[in-house]
Amino acid sequence: MKHVLALLAAVGLLLGLASVGATQQQVTITYWQYFFESKVRLIDQLIPQFQAQNPGIRVVHENFPYDTYNQKVASAVPAGQGPDVINLFYGWVPLYVDSGYLQPLPTDAFPVQELEREFVPMLRNSRFDGKYWALPTAVRSLAMFYNDDLLARAGVARAPVTWDEFLVAAEKTTVRDAAGRIQVEGFGIAPGGQDHHLIREVLFRQWGAAPYSPDGRRVTYATPQGAEALRWYTDLITRHKVGAIDFFPGANGYRNAFMAGRAAMIFDGSFAIGAIRGGTRAKWGVAPLPRRSAGGEASNFGSYWVHGLTVRATGPKRDAAIRFLKFLVSPEVQRVWLERVGELPASRSLVSDARLANDAVFGPFIQGLAYSRATFFVDETAQRQVLMDAVNEVVVNNKSPMQALQEAAAKEQKILDDFWTKRAKKQ
Amino acid sequence: MATRTQAAPTTWPHLGLGARRALWAYAFLLVPLAFFLAIRLAPAASSLYISLHEWNIISPEKPFVGLRNFQTLLADPRFARAALNTVRYVAVGIPAQIVLGLLLAMALRRVTRLRGLFRALYFMPFVTPVVAAAWVWQWMYSEQFGPLNSILVALGLPTLQFLRSPGQALYAITAMIVWQYLGFQIVIFLAGLEAIPRVYYEAAEVDGASGWQLFRHVTIPLLNPTLVFSIVYSTIIYLQLFTQVLNMTFQDQGGPLASTLTLVLYVYQLGFQRFRMGEAAAATAVLFAVILAITLLQMKILSKPVEY
Repeated sequence: MKHVLALLAAVGLLLGLASVGATQQQVTITYWQYFFESKVRLIDQLIPQFQAQNPGIRVVHENFPYDTYNQKVASAVPAGQGPDVINLFYGWVPLYVDSGYLQPLPTDAFPVQELEREFVPMLRNSRFDGKYWALPTAVRSLAMFYNDDLLARAGVARAPVTWDEFLVAAEKTTVRDAAGRIQVEGFGIAPGGQDHHLIREVLFRQWGAAPYSPDGRRVTYATPQGAEALRWYTDLITRHKVGAIDFFPGANGYRNAFMAGRAAMIFDGSFAIGAIRGGTRAKWGVAPLPRRSAGGEASNFGSYWVHGLTVRATGPKRDAAIRFLKFLVSPEVQRVWLERVGELPASRSLVSDARLANDAVFGPFIQGLAYSRATFFVDETAQRQVLMDAVNEVVVNNKSPMQALQEAAAKEQKILDDFWTKRAKKQ
Repeated sequence: MATRTQAAPTTWPHLGLGARRALWAYAFLLVPLAFFLAIRLAPAASSLYISLHEWNIISPEKPFVGLRNFQTLLADPRFARAALNTVRYVAVGIPAQIVLGLLLAMALRRVTRLRGLFRALYFMPFVTPVVAAAWVWQWMYSEQFGPLNSILVALGLPTLQFLRSPGQALYAITAMIVWQYLGFQIVIFLAGLEAIPRVYYEAAEVDGASGWQLFRHVTIPLLNPTLVFSIVYSTIIYLQLFTQVLNMTFQDQGGPLASTLTLVLYVYQLGFQRFRMGEAAAATAVLFAVILAITLLQMKILSKPVEY
């Protein structure tokens, strides 16, 4: 008996060794993302799944705090370390391409036509130098969050569909004290929150001013239509007084005010669903962004995080990295991502899934994806500042919207020119 | 002792006892010196190096661009605004802090009952976490909910915009900073006042000096070292303002319309939000030069020795 067991063990060992020899050599690739708990946990669960499907590939997952993410890349990659597949905010892609960290997605593995067919349209906004450099698993869009209780109490029967209805609802729900100080905002206005995206990609467009030239290199919103759009927005503060900037302090003050029942309506991204679900006591709902008329032009702002291949991924590592990237953006992973992280899927087929589109909370965001645009930012911080300042020039400095917009356009044009001149010199 | 003096020549033939002691002292000082070189001077030198190069924080290449970063700064209205604002913080905050600090310190010296309590109360803001204090002050200044505006309303006066007004925001923030450092300032002045020998006051009183004369000709001159220290120290603090401004204007940092922007906040935005490390380092170099110049100037002008 003993001998038989030993023999079996020996045979098993031999077979085991043979099978190891038969598979291709083990390749280890590294994946980097910033620390966001649900994403980190999900990737940790997905990696064994990927490795089971792709024997011979081992994926090492590392993550870093958001604030030091870019610095970490900067110090690791020149030292010969760092990731083969990296997660980035789409707005950073030009920076990473410019610094020579990303390689373009190989067109044989990711044919351009296929990408543009499979992914939501806003992916096109991340084409850079005529190429795609990275792909999203999930995307975000904007929608209107409304406090059902406040609307009902003010006699507003349903969430507004047009901007006129929105203004009426905001006026009805605004509560002021005897001195005229706002106690409940009809509209939780926040130029520095998501509203600067709203002005840029929604109001300008719906009022008839394309914010940028098709190639994204020229600022084109300083038109009479653009000024009208800005006037409509700033009037909410100065004339109708349905909201106040910094009503609640802080980066997410508008959202906090909404959760505290102090703002009847706000515009926010799908990434806010979790916080609002957890922190709002009143009954709330989500509706698509209003339009100028019921059948008028719909528009939305989208943004996303992407996974790209770094220049470190070469030879067999590159093949492994391409496989991992394909896995990360596959519909299966997108579906789990929606469930676990709460971000909207990036593929058209999932977006058109009726169950998802009819979801009371996700639905309006999903609808928005069909007409979302991701602004091609070259310096998001500075470009955001430009529009925040334009609003303030009108609201606190009493400048005309047209003048404020002309100054803003000049400043933003300089930011774009600066980027493209530097880029041209490098090529 | 005898054995040591005998042993010494074999190891350090030319060193006497004093020199060897000094050597030991330097040996011990080497540790903090190494720390200082690695943690302070090396980064400062590398920052100077970066200020002459173009670097987007992640690029492996840092092409040399000479003084172009400095030219870009000079052409940026936000830089000029940040510099002007910083001067305003200094010009308003420091006199307020010094005058209030001195007045309160002299008043506190006269307080005999509950002395410890009063001193603790005034010192409390200084040990309160800055970020928390900044957020509370932000609420106090709120146009809609703030108690300051509630007082104005109760008095039948129009409300003030405070942090939302480009004209008032800087002073509103300065008030918070003065409040924060006042306790520290008072403690410094109390120590300085205690150090003035009573005999000078007694002698002056015998000569018939009035209260004001005592203050003007005894207290102020003899408090001069404390004043110099306070002014130099707080100038450096005010030139480096960051946390209070960032936290009190969190959504529009340094706003509205750059009216509260400081040099350090400007550097932070350039370097870590816009990834323009070269220009950020250049702005840091300018700030360094300004701090150095102002400090040297103040020491020279203010620290005149007093002779009696």
